[in-house]
Amino acid sequence: MSSSRKMWWWVLPAWMAVQMGHAAPGVTLVDDRGVTVRLDAPPARIVTLLPSLTETVCELGGCARLVGTDRYSNHPASVRGLPKTGGLDDANIELIASLKPDVVLLALSSRVTDRLESLGMKVVALEPRTYKDVQRVAGKVAQVLGSADGGSRLWQRLEAQVDAAAKMVPASARGLSVYYEVDSAPYAAGESSFIGETLTRLGARNIVPTSLGPFPKLNPEYVVRADPQVIMISQRHSAGVGARPGWDRIRAVRDKRVCAFPSEQGDVLSRPGPRMGEAAQIMARCLRDAGLTASPGASR
Amino acid sequence: MRPITLLFVLIVVTLVLQALGMAVGSTGWSPPWGDPTAMQIVWDIRAPRCAGAWLAGALLGLGGAIAQGLFRNPLADPYLLGSSSGAALGVAVLLALLGVSPVASAWSLRLGLTGAAFVGAVGAVSLTLILARGVQHTLRLLLAGVVVGVVLGALSALTMLMVPDIMRAMQAFMMGTTGFLGWNSVTILASTLVVSVLVAFGCSRALDALTLGDSAAISLGVRLAGVRMLLIAAMALATGAAVAQAGLISFVGLVAPHLVRSRVNTTNGPVLVLSALFGGVLLLGADIVARWVWAPQELPVGVLTAVLGGGYLLWRMNRGG
Repeated sequence: MSSSRKMWWWVLPAWMAVQMGHAAPGVTLVDDRGVTVRLDAPPARIVTLLPSLTETVCELGGCARLVGTDRYSNHPASVRGLPKTGGLDDANIELIASLKPDVVLLALSSRVTDRLESLGMKVVALEPRTYKDVQRVAGKVAQVLGSADGGSRLWQRLEAQVDAAAKMVPASARGLSVYYEVDSAPYAAGESSFIGETLTRLGARNIVPTSLGPFPKLNPEYVVRADPQVIMISQRHSAGVGARPGWDRIRAVRDKRVCAFPSEQGDVLSRPGPRMGEAAQIMARCLRDAGLTASPGASR
Repeated sequence: MRPITLLFVLIVVTLVLQALGMAVGSTGWSPPWGDPTAMQIVWDIRAPRCAGAWLAGALLGLGGAIAQGLFRNPLADPYLLGSSSGAALGVAVLLALLGVSPVASAWSLRLGLTGAAFVGAVGAVSLTLILARGVQHTLRLLLAGVVVGVVLGALSALTMLMVPDIMRAMQAFMMGTTGFLGWNSVTILASTLVVSVLVAFGCSRALDALTLGDSAAISLGVRLAGVRMLLIAAMALATGAAVAQAGLISFVGLVAPHLVRSRVNTTNGPVLVLSALFGGVLLLGADIVARWVWAPQELPVGVLTAVLGGGYLLWRMNRGG
């Protein structure tokens, strides 16, 4: 009896809050932690702590509302002049607080989430990893910005770009086997990573199957055995590829079909965000050029 | 156990592991016989990888034995004069430069990652020697080594922070990588091992005298400064070469001499040689496990050397009572 009466004291204000919530022009959303975040009004001051989130905010027309970003956000050009609040592991709490953000958008793995919340800031944690995530994150960020259909428009544009990139790849280049190296060690981009998803949509055959996970550290011998026809790699590591033991026999190395991406393209390629369409075009150009030099019947 | 017995056992284990290593590839157990491409892969990739891993481990084991003998400290390891942080800084700076400008890239490529790591490792030891104002005082040398290690470590952390692209490559380097060892690496490692074993073995009598203390050693006719300099040079060379080729392999240098001493009771000469062999066995064993358990993915070999070496040492200690 007494317990049910106690419960009313909780339920009633909650119900009232929900009713009031409908009346006010605020937003309520569930972020990737599963935490419900309520913003009373569309935020006018936003801090982002992840480059792909910065890009998403700007893509959705919220660039002018950004008051600070993490150290690595460098696109579009307008965010370069904003205060830089540190990286994923060394975010400057004091600086973030002094920017008086209405909301902070950050990665799920960020270490500062709890600290920022304890200081009374609104925090939305979002983790884009795959295409599906990017779609969801675009929707959530659009919600934060108070734009009803911005997320789906961004997503449609991105999809159209990827489709256009796929059309760039000629029939001769379809089915080429590809090894995408994320970093020397070697770490590869597997089929289940967002990079792998792009490759699949471009008609390439990834030598790293889904079962190995998104970014596995491979035995280099595996790559030699898989004998890819195309290698995609950052310029930083491309020069030494042919010199690795046994790699000179790989078809991509022998036929000089190693695409070395300069570091400015590296950002585009390595961020699961609104520029994935652009990334798809970069990869499609690589495949197209490889297709031109592919010997007939080479794709097996 | 007599030293000669242990020597024999370690040689046999080395041969067995080499054979085993040849048969473990990217798909797990895959014996080398069969089609010619497989044979070629074994010759180009697996054979130098096995040999290189063993040699790098041997260099670290030797470096550890020298360090523990020279500093009369059972906790000394080959990195204690700063070579690991120096190597890491060399690699970090090189990786960072690779992205900067074509000129910087061209220059960095000529030096190469192994070159940068070697220069960093040997440079750090030289810096330690300068800061300690020579080799007269062991304690000053150790403290200078700690300072150099910490400061250079901080600098490479700073480099990583400024150029986050290199973080993953750096992490791989710091956990040790045996994946890209080729015949070139094997040649370098083998010649370094020969030189440093000869130097260390030549100085081993002086190390024996040193166990009695500095003044006793001097009264026995040991030219302390010269011997220390030679041994530190041999240690820096061995460690630098190993780290440059295989990254920062943890624990092998520390644990190999202990494993030897837990088996045999002998003078420094045999301990140096046996530690090298034990180090080689340890790293080669770890390398085989690293590419076997999760094939075609790889575990960082440094993780395994710590687990295998540490586990074995604990077991020995408890069994010995």
